[in-house]
Amino acid sequence: MSFTNRPMSIPRYRHGSRVPGWDDAVDLTKEPATVPDPATTPVPAELRAAIEAAMAKYPDKRSAAIPALHAAQSLYGWCSPEAIDQVAAVMQLTPAYVTAVATFYDMLETQPRPIHDDVYVCTNISCSLLGADELFDAMLKAADGDETIHVSSFECLGACDIAPMASVNGEYIGPLDPLDAPRIVDQLRAGEAVLPDKNLRLRACQDPNSHSEGDNGNAPSSERH
Amino acid sequence: MPKLLLFDNIDEPGLATLPVYERRGGYASLRKALSMSREEVLQQLLDSAIRGRGGAGFPTGRKISFLPKGDMQKYLVCNADESEPGTFKDRELMQKSPHMLVEGVIIAAYAGNISTAFIYIRGEYQIQADLVEQAIADASAAGYVGDNILDSGVSISLVLHRGAGAYICGEETGLLDSLEGKRGNPRLKPPFPAVEGLYDGPTLINNVETLATIPHIIRMSGAEYAKLGTEGSTGTKLVSISGDVKRPGNYEIALGIPSREIIYGLAGGPPSGLPVKFWFPGGSSAPVLTGDDLDIPYDFDSMAKAGSMLGSGAIIIADERRRVLDTALKLAKFYAHESCGKCVPCREGTNWTQKMLQRIYTGEATPMDLDLMASVQEQIIGNCLCVLGDAMAMPIGSMIEKFRPELEAEIEAARAANEAASLQDVVPMGVADELAGPLPVH
Repeated sequence: MSFTNRPMSIPRYRHGSRVPGWDDAVDLTKEPATVPDPATTPVPAELRAAIEAAMAKYPDKRSAAIPALHAAQSLYGWCSPEAIDQVAAVMQLTPAYVTAVATFYDMLETQPRPIHDDVYVCTNISCSLLGADELFDAMLKAADGDETIHVSSFECLGACDIAPMASVNGEYIGPLDPLDAPRIVDQLRAGEAVLPDKNLRLRACQDPNSHSEGDNGNAPSSERH
Repeated sequence: MPKLLLFDNIDEPGLATLPVYERRGGYASLRKALSMSREEVLQQLLDSAIRGRGGAGFPTGRKISFLPKGDMQKYLVCNADESEPGTFKDRELMQKSPHMLVEGVIIAAYAGNISTAFIYIRGEYQIQADLVEQAIADASAAGYVGDNILDSGVSISLVLHRGAGAYICGEETGLLDSLEGKRGNPRLKPPFPAVEGLYDGPTLINNVETLATIPHIIRMSGAEYAKLGTEGSTGTKLVSISGDVKRPGNYEIALGIPSREIIYGLAGGPPSGLPVKFWFPGGSSAPVLTGDDLDIPYDFDSMAKAGSMLGSGAIIIADERRRVLDTALKLAKFYAHESCGKCVPCREGTNWTQKMLQRIYTGEATPMDLDLMASVQEQIIGNCLCVLGDAMAMPIGSMIEKFRPELEAEIEAARAANEAASLQDVVPMGVADELAGPLPVH
């Protein structure tokens, strides 16, 4: 953690009520946005199919809001106003309602972004005790200037056993070293699997009693020093 | 150590697939439960005295019995939004044995006469969600989920729902709102979810570990299960240990064993060899304990008596090298970010606690700030719709109480450093160091 000795201003949050423009005046001359007309809102067929499949799973169609926004984001890279209009048109909700959902969740992007790889670096307690802040800085530096790799620090990702760790497009990898950061970026650019030897899938249960005699040779990994 | 229940040979290759799970006796408990009446299944759960593994520790059987009787539309929601910092037990369970969870959900739904079940999994657990989804599909094809399960006439649907990254959605009413497709804001209670929950129907909400234990309770009978652990905390519990330990990971323990046995025996203690300075016994929301508290038995009641809580069973260890202040600021930042903003004490309290802690780093704080911070924590606890604010207030409050001298020293050190830096600008070199000594005591 790096703080200067000088008094500094407290940064504003990136989300919640303090996103840029949160206190801009509303344009009252415009009509309020209503449910978009499906006839004038073209929606790509695969997006429509994904949203409709999600809506069919729930007793109330609104429950599909998060899956629908996930589908739109994976198509466009972020929840753009057009993407939100398309989701609203298929779900027959107002864009305001869909925007309200999109702005609440950390995994839904409401800032412009190209289609990108997500690198979430966990910076919560267990990871930060073991050097997550240095890892996060190294990741930011390694991916600096590359719009297609989005590095963000994230709430506890639920993998403190491999701390410090990161989630790269949903694959959990750890324990990581700041020196791993350039390799992660290189492998993402090359479209390879990222640090496959550090993938959480390979990790055996640490409880010694969970392994019966000579079963699969999947003994707990060695100690950390 | 008795034979493990949840983690027994959990790394067997292919356990996540239906054939291997069935070969190991999977879904036999479901058959057994369906051959019993709903009341008999519920009685087994009551006999087991199992307490919820999500954090609050409420008896599971009683929770089911609170559901209104009758044939109205009721819902079961499995809370797989595991996001309490330090907790990762459900992740390993769902990744390695997803069918155990599916079987538990169906048995619990049968006991509560529920026909619609959901598993709400956090969006970050993409691999785990894929595996559980596959398990549900396989179980449906084999007739364990869906219409007319195993020709018993019982129909239970099960849908996996993925979240999108919000800590607050682990709170049960926030989770319900999120599942309904809204912002995940907690609701006012009462009405409790058992009366009016998902889509306004009576709703049973349970943690992954609780539900995954149910097949074992049915297999071995509730009375047998109750013999494990202690009287007030029956059964085995998964604990997640992380931070400064040699072997971080998940362990299945019988409740009531000394905490030292978990921290030093199973996890190997701090790799640095230094003593434990402070530790969270139940996730980051639990008040911290110190190195003197290592011999407290690890169960619900003993932890409550020691002024902390078992919570989700996540132990985070910090050794002597760690600064309390760093951890306190991490905590406050996290909760300020995750506060949904609905209740003022939480929204403002988490935010101002973070600012006050940052002021310590910049040398602007005074020791009185600690009193102010402590009073802010007191005014958060119990004054919000949900316990997110409390979850910050309890550990921060306990840190101020237990590590006050250290925090006061931090304040003084930063103040002196700040003063020295300011004086460098206005007075000649050398004189500044002299002027920047400790404040005279009057």
